Amino acid sequence: MTETEKEFTIQNYLEFIQNKKLMGSKCKDCGKMYVPVRKLCIACNSLNMEWVPLSGKGELAAFTSITVGTPYFIELGYDRNRPYCFSVIKLEEGPMVSAQLVGVDASKPDTIKIGMPLKVKFLENELKGETKTDLGFEPA
Amino acid sequence: MGKLSKRVAIVGAGMSQFGRLYPLKRNPDLWVDAWIDAVKSVDNGIEPKDVDACYVGNYSSDLFNHQGHLGPQMANLVGLTPKPASRFEGACASSGIALRQAIIAVASGIHDVIAVAGVECMNELPTSLVTDALATASDALFEYPAGATFPGLYATVATAHFHKYGTTSEDLMRIGIKNHENGVENPFAQMQRSIAQMMQRKLKKLEEQGKELPDWKDEFDYLKSASNPMIAYPLRLFDCSLVTDGAACVFIAAEEVAKNYTDTPIWIAGTGQGSAALSIHDRDDLTGFIATREAARQAYEMSGYGPKDIQIAELHDCFTIAELVALEDLGFYEKGKAAQAVKEGETKRDGARPINTSGGLKSKGHPVGATGAAQAVEIFKQMRGRAERNRQVKFEVERALTHNLGGSGATCVVTIYEK
Ligand SMILES: [Zn+2]
Repeated sequence: MTETEKEFTIQNYLEFIQNKKLMGSKCKDCGKMYVPVRKLCIACNSLNMEWVPLSGKGELAAFTSITVGTPYFIELGYDRNRPYCFSVIKLEEGPMVSAQLVGVDASKPDTIKIGMPLKVKFLENELKGETKTDLGFEPA
Repeated sequence: MGKLSKRVAIVGAGMSQFGRLYPLKRNPDLWVDAWIDAVKSVDNGIEPKDVDACYVGNYSSDLFNHQGHLGPQMANLVGLTPKPASRFEGACASSGIALRQAIIAVASGIHDVIAVAGVECMNELPTSLVTDALATASDALFEYPAGATFPGLYATVATAHFHKYGTTSEDLMRIGIKNHENGVENPFAQMQRSIAQMMQRKLKKLEEQGKELPDWKDEFDYLKSASNPMIAYPLRLFDCSLVTDGAACVFIAAEEVAKNYTDTPIWIAGTGQGSAALSIHDRDDLTGFIATREAARQAYEMSGYGPKDIQIAELHDCFTIAELVALEDLGFYEKGKAAQAVKEGETKRDGARPINTSGGLKSKGHPVGATGAAQAVEIFKQMRGRAERNRQVKFEVERALTHNLGGSGATCVVTIYEK
């Protein structure tokens, strides 16, 4: 099976991210794009989907700087003195995604501007000896 | 479609004390306290034999208490065995859904009287795990791995709203200050203290410790200080609702039997429920909640009333930003205009349309699965002129509304009440 014949599952989407590729699914009937991928187009009810690579470019739609984080981010070393940014990014292809925003000063959220151009940055996070690739974005 | 096939009323409603009560009170204790209080509120009395079913709203006893299957457990505690008993789950809107399903079931004719329960005992877990349990109401696959916490998702909505409409942190602080002022007047509230009182306490403590006193001119200075730590920018500790143990009970009755219980039932004029994508990144508008707008549309349509007809409301202020956004999504104010109305005092107890006279989730407390039913308790009291202490509004309330939001806004139930 070639990469682009893969079934439109969450696991296959996540495996692309592990390989540092941001992929979406596009409805061949109405053109609607989905990131993360969907098998069923909720705009036109079609199953006629294809895998498409995303440019990784977008802009900041909304964000927060989190001082009291999730257990995973606490394990990554974030805390009150070292907050991190959770963000929603509007991709240039249309869909929005959630990801950590890096390359900004999360302790100075006033300096982070909605609408700022961003590009994808795959984050290699090490946890308990294992490396995991998480989707991230940084200023373009 | 969109109509109840008969009239349905609330004939009694009550609640347990809200607070950090575990281990003194667990789910069964809280629920029995709420039931007793609700039975007391029924003017002509009500007995278990009058009740046909028990609908329990609960978010996550599984995670909080390692206990599932609450329906039959709660029913048995108040003498309803072997009648039908079920649990409804929709995150923080769980008992709003239970209330709505009870209304629909009674209107269908299958039952005449249903006891609606809302129950949640959250403090069995330490706060860090409570936050994590609440995060399961958002998207575990794509939001949570990106670092989203429950306050973080509302904070994200806040930055979008700030950016689009020029809303400020002070606008949010005003909502917290107001709700705490109401909570002072509610003997069932978890935090019966105003922000000004908390500031004075803090100053007194610092003075006793011989520490340098901060230069706080008013509550806003206090709320901008390190005494009110940031949780998720721009939301600080006092923008967040409380971690609460509590229960509420509402008796829903069909029109043929309602008058047996009271001469002054509160009628359900409309009910609506909406949904949205679980992840906020899958929603077109980050500055409001489509689930609220849909639930409101249905409830307004069923009742024949519009936003202007609503005199008081209990809104789901799990975070201060949520109350601000609800004021707009419900059509009380145009988008971007609610902050100014709040500033002008319109939502205060003596304002044009009082919001959250109970103290809201911010001050009364937020036992998540119990909140929807507890909102109905406050409306029942206000509409019958029986709110405790000094929080009864000064006019006759003919029409009221409750707004119960689940998770980061993916479920919403709106209920409209009339005399
Ligand atoms: Zn399509």
